[in-house]
Amino acid sequence: MSNRILEVNHLTTSFRIGDAYYPAVDDVSLTVNKNEVLAIVGESGCGKSALAFSIMGLHRQAKIEGEIKYNGQNLVGISPVQLNKLRGKSMGMIFQDPLTALNPLMIIGQQIDEVLFLHNPSMSAAKRKERVLSLLDQVGILYPERTYDQFPHELSGGMRQRIIIAIAIANNPSLLIADEPTTALDATIQSQILGLVNELKEKMDAGIVLITHDLGVVAEIADRVAVMYAGQIVEIADVFTLFENPLHPYTKSLLNSIPANVQPKSELHVIQGVVPALQNLPRTGCRFSARIPWIDASKHAENPTLEEVEPEHFVRCTCYQDFYLPGEREDGQYGVS
Amino acid sequence: MWKFIVRRILIMIPQLILLSILIFFLAGLMPGDALSGQIDPSLDFETIEKKREELGFNDPWYQQYGRWISGVVQGDFGISFRHKVQVTELLSERMTNTLWLSLLSLVITYLIAIPLGVISGRYNDRIADQLITGYTYIGFATPLFIFALLMVWFFGFYLDWFPTGGSVKPGLTPGTFSYFMSKIHHMLLPAISMALIATVGTVQYLRSEIIDTKQKDFILTARAKGASESRVYNRHIFRNALLPIAAFFGYEMAALIGGSIFVETIFSYPGMGQLFLDSINLRDYSVVTATVLIFGLATILGSLISDIVLSLVDPRIRIK
Amino acid sequence: MAYLEVNDLKVHFPIKGGIFGRTVDHVKAVDGVTMRIEKGKTYGLVGESGSGKSTTGRAIMGLNKITAGNIIFDGKDVTNERGTREDFRKDVQMIFQDPYSSLNPRKRVYEILAEPLRNFEKLSKSEEKKRIYELLEIVGLSPESIYKYPHQFSGGQRQRIGIARAVALQPKLIIADEPVSALDVSVQAQVLNFMQQIQEEYGLTYIFIGHDLGVIRHVCDRIGIMYKGRFVEEGNTDEIFNNPQHIYTKRLVSAIPDIDPRNRGKQINFRAQVQKEYEESFSDYFDEDGLVYPLRKISDTHLVALPGRGE
Repeated sequence: MSNRILEVNHLTTSFRIGDAYYPAVDDVSLTVNKNEVLAIVGESGCGKSALAFSIMGLHRQAKIEGEIKYNGQNLVGISPVQLNKLRGKSMGMIFQDPLTALNPLMIIGQQIDEVLFLHNPSMSAAKRKERVLSLLDQVGILYPERTYDQFPHELSGGMRQRIIIAIAIANNPSLLIADEPTTALDATIQSQILGLVNELKEKMDAGIVLITHDLGVVAEIADRVAVMYAGQIVEIADVFTLFENPLHPYTKSLLNSIPANVQPKSELHVIQGVVPALQNLPRTGCRFSARIPWIDASKHAENPTLEEVEPEHFVRCTCYQDFYLPGEREDGQYGVS
Repeated sequence: MWKFIVRRILIMIPQLILLSILIFFLAGLMPGDALSGQIDPSLDFETIEKKREELGFNDPWYQQYGRWISGVVQGDFGISFRHKVQVTELLSERMTNTLWLSLLSLVITYLIAIPLGVISGRYNDRIADQLITGYTYIGFATPLFIFALLMVWFFGFYLDWFPTGGSVKPGLTPGTFSYFMSKIHHMLLPAISMALIATVGTVQYLRSEIIDTKQKDFILTARAKGASESRVYNRHIFRNALLPIAAFFGYEMAALIGGSIFVETIFSYPGMGQLFLDSINLRDYSVVTATVLIFGLATILGSLISDIVLSLVDPRIRIK
Repeated sequence: MAYLEVNDLKVHFPIKGGIFGRTVDHVKAVDGVTMRIEKGKTYGLVGESGSGKSTTGRAIMGLNKITAGNIIFDGKDVTNERGTREDFRKDVQMIFQDPYSSLNPRKRVYEILAEPLRNFEKLSKSEEKKRIYELLEIVGLSPESIYKYPHQFSGGQRQRIGIARAVALQPKLIIADEPVSALDVSVQAQVLNFMQQIQEEYGLTYIFIGHDLGVIRHVCDRIGIMYKGRFVEEGNTDEIFNNPQHIYTKRLVSAIPDIDPRNRGKQINFRAQVQKEYEESFSDYFDEDGLVYPLRKISDTHLVALPGRGE
């Protein structure tokens, strides 16, 4: 158990809309171990970023219930001072858009220096500068000395993302939260950044929560995968199981909608409808049922819970047992492989 | 950097030429001339005509303009008909008065705007913000000259805290401390009056800049670093939010110099604005054109200063 | 005879500088692009950000000034009349990346779709209405949509409005600039399916500009890879993906995430190998300015930018 770096228990994060609170993250439980990448996948609006922000304590107006245990310490309800001791030191975050995540008026050196300064008050300015330069080198910046004095707008998107990673890892955190770290980047830069994240994971022995909508990224780097839909985890398994034996209809639908999984020019699977808005989420029954109307209503559990269907493979709702994709099933035959 | 400044100054030249022609024309369009107000009923029409001819009032416009502008370029705005002295001489003292008044109002404007804007932006939609926003709405709705009249009546006449005219107590020797204090004392009320009204725009601007900056992604980055709330505000939000305010400095200055026209008249403060209004009434052409030209120059210089300040403080448009 | 021919297209943007703001240099956004596009096919224009792929598309469309080169559409030279020729403006339409910003937020769907019709076709009120309903049906939006504003739709629906607007005049060529880059995978699938479907039905020709090679591979017949305003390699889809010749193309192809997690190790090795080759042989593939050489034919359909040997 000492291996466990993060344990989230029954986390519910609700936002106020009008007079009521609506949960964007609904009763989510998960764990992350050292030297492990847990990917959280889903469409936009399914609550994956809200989950990441909850772990980092970045929601300022949300109601957070449940437990977020970092190294055994519950972060829900702790004081801002205590939280700030952990953020930037033990937990680092990588953001989605490198173009906006850096302060435009500060030189790169200062921005990395700040996180060292905040958590190592006794460290001398010279020592910090030395550390900043070595961090820049570590994240693959070719000319650390020059980059130190540059402003964000002077760097490319890929370089800026490296700077953000340098900030996140400056104090050797044991937990990294990466919110769509490569979505805004070109493919070659994406593979470089993913390579870097992987390398850092091993070097720092850190646990990583990777938020993404890109199944290719998941296949490349994740150890375990949690699929989220409408605020809930609908399936969670190790990466090989998830790609080879996906069970939940949502997971199957996602996998079939990407071009990589089908013949060129052939029709891609379309998930009907859209992720419902927060206020319109169904509170009972299978939340995905509206998007697979061809599945008989009786196949859905009344109050679906996440069940362990094989060791370490959890699925929500019984509908997976009878699920098929349109065009996949011959008349009278049930089930899919 | 110097290239940018040189270019901006070069652009100013045609702006100034256009401005001077425009001013000259508009002044000529004013009904009557310097003589029509002084006509003695005993003087016959021909004598006046002769006088006009002598003074060159009947020459074609370009000759008149040419005479005037060549003087202006050499710092000679002609002679005031009314005061019978060199316009330059008349202006120099008035200009200093107006400049100091504007600078003082500028300081007060920012002294009010920055704390109010910061509080309003940081605690938006709370009570303090609602009160401040309420004040800005009143400020927007109140005309400066009515507000200034109220101030002069209340603090000047009713409470008798401040002098209601002039720029210094007579009989004091320039250069002494009491002379300086008297100057400040005379300036304070008009400056405060002007600042209280002029500041509301800046308060609102700063408020919305702060609210805007609060939601930027790099603020999340700062929070994720473990920076305390006060550090997030001081190091990240305010710096970025104050940038456009700093850039507005030059415009603000020009606006205050323009605003001094009303305030100086109401407070009988001997500055450019008062001189300008008086000279219009007296058809004192040479003074009117000179003051308008200086107001125009101040505006153009103001925008130049703004551009330079912005390029100095914002690394994204810093010119190497 | 190709349907669209682009010959040695150049788009250079001036850089202003000095005290008088004179042009001191040019950015060669597109620097000598030649391509042939067959009717009814999809041509993929691929590159990383800043490669000039979007500028190429916009220049063909007439949204950017052309510095040099010519464009022949359906046998007619349209280089200098892309903005004025009515048939060109009608036959060539564009779909933009961002469905959020390419639709006027203050106009209802009806007006958005009616605008191109009013510009080019003199229809009566009732005919116009009929056409708009048809368009909505084609893109799968409900008839009540006409009274709504763009913000009332989801991203995928908005992109369909963008497509409906583009197909309103029954164009022959559609230039799609990153049409699915801003969309979720499931919505992306919807848009790609739909584009494919109307292509089959109406015999449309596409220029598909993108950076996601997975999508490009899925929809394109022929592909041109761009780097710094020039073509690096051009060929049929399987030539580009299965037999890339230029190190730049190899690097792009190797960066595509493999959807099978079991191939992870293999993929990492492959990338490392390509990266090594890239570093070692950089000077064989790029000239002193870091630009690629002119294209040379290595087969009837496959062209690669290799240094001229013996030429």
